[in-house]
Amino acid sequence: MKLNTNSNVYTVVYAAILVIVVAFLLAFVSSALKDTQEANVENDTKGQILTALRIDKSQVNVEQTFQANVKDMLFQDGQLVPYEGKFLTAYGTEIKNGNLHVFVASTDDGTKYVIPVTGHGLWGGLWGYIALNEDLATVYGAYFYHESETAGLGARIGEADFRDRFRDKQVFAEGAGDIALTVVKAGSVKNEANEVDGVTGATLTSKGVAAMVSDGLAVYKSFIETASGSCQAEAAPCGQEDAECQADTLEVEQ
Amino acid sequence: MFSEENKAAFRNPLNLNNPIAVQVLGICSALAVTSQLKPAIVMGLSVTVITAFSNVIISLLRKTIPNRIRIIVQLVVVAALVTIVSQLLKAYVYDVSVQLSVYVGLIITNCILMGRLEAFAMQNGPWSSFLDGIGNGLGYAIILVIVGFIRELFGLGTLFGFNVIPQALTKAGYCNNGMMLMPAMSLIIVGCVIWAHRSINKEEKK
Repeated sequence: MKLNTNSNVYTVVYAAILVIVVAFLLAFVSSALKDTQEANVENDTKGQILTALRIDKSQVNVEQTFQANVKDMLFQDGQLVPYEGKFLTAYGTEIKNGNLHVFVASTDDGTKYVIPVTGHGLWGGLWGYIALNEDLATVYGAYFYHESETAGLGARIGEADFRDRFRDKQVFAEGAGDIALTVVKAGSVKNEANEVDGVTGATLTSKGVAAMVSDGLAVYKSFIETASGSCQAEAAPCGQEDAECQADTLEVEQ
Repeated sequence: MFSEENKAAFRNPLNLNNPIAVQVLGICSALAVTSQLKPAIVMGLSVTVITAFSNVIISLLRKTIPNRIRIIVQLVVVAALVTIVSQLLKAYVYDVSVQLSVYVGLIITNCILMGRLEAFAMQNGPWSSFLDGIGNGLGYAIILVIVGFIRELFGLGTLFGFNVIPQALTKAGYCNNGMMLMPAMSLIIVGCVIWAHRSINKEEKK
């Protein structure tokens, strides 16, 4: 018997069966792989934070190094308190809800504070982690990545070459309390202390990074100021002799 | 197994019936991912795998597919395949999936897939459809690699991310051409590739 493949009944039944089979297949694949995928994302996020701390994630066991050196803290009421919940892999909503995560890391170069930032590039979301030195005024390292920037252009913000340009930049303009760290159009850096050279051919993505960095740090301004502000009031910029002063203001609850 | 026809199904798209140079399919993704060599290669391989397997599946189903909804059926098969591949990449080779980001999803819209399903797999058996898929995927990959090579070399002065322009040349005043990184430039390069391809094959075509 030959089926009439042009009949309406056949067409409807065929479409229904096909869709049901495909739906089950996709649901099965998705649920079977979910745990592995989530573990990958979590591991990757920790790797990103380690990269911001200038640790080469390909050289170390990410999970162990992260557990041993980095503490996930929340900045609440002028203090850092340990974060007890599940490790998060995206910080956009957390920051919006006022849960300011700070990763306190002990590295070979002393204590560093990693601040998560999020923003928008040309095509989609951007995110990054900025590691600040103990004085909370100079950048130790940074990590940036994107959802869907153009490969070879905007996507290059994810490369080591770009993130390394943030090293040792000053967060604040000299003598002023405003956040001055920014990214400028490629090749037009005037103020070496605060300005970072953008990516060639990706002006809009670079602008997105600039906005993300300055807005992101602005949200954490209260944290940065609690730690270094009172010292700055007396003598800017915050130097080493203010270490005592910092120890008073920044109470880290263990 | 390897009859003349099957060989032709595999060999033709590599040169005489190249999907980009002759059929002019899949141009959009050729513009998007070719500013560097590495994403161009990975994209070429992903398209090859997916074209081959969707060709096989559609070829197996070809006698049962209702004519009026055949495009929808093809699309469902391709979309399901792409989604599964992207999920597998995320679970087992996370780094690669991060690099490819949105482009894996965009394979669904690649005209080469739909074009081959409609033009070849609907009329031919699974084995020759498989060869046709591999051939077309590789034909696409070749052009992507050529364009990616030219753009990365002249636009960034690197290949696979390694610097290949000697320091002496840079000191002598050589500059990378930022124009090469613009999407418009890849269209022009694809145009030049098609031009070269056609003048080489002028005789054989007739």
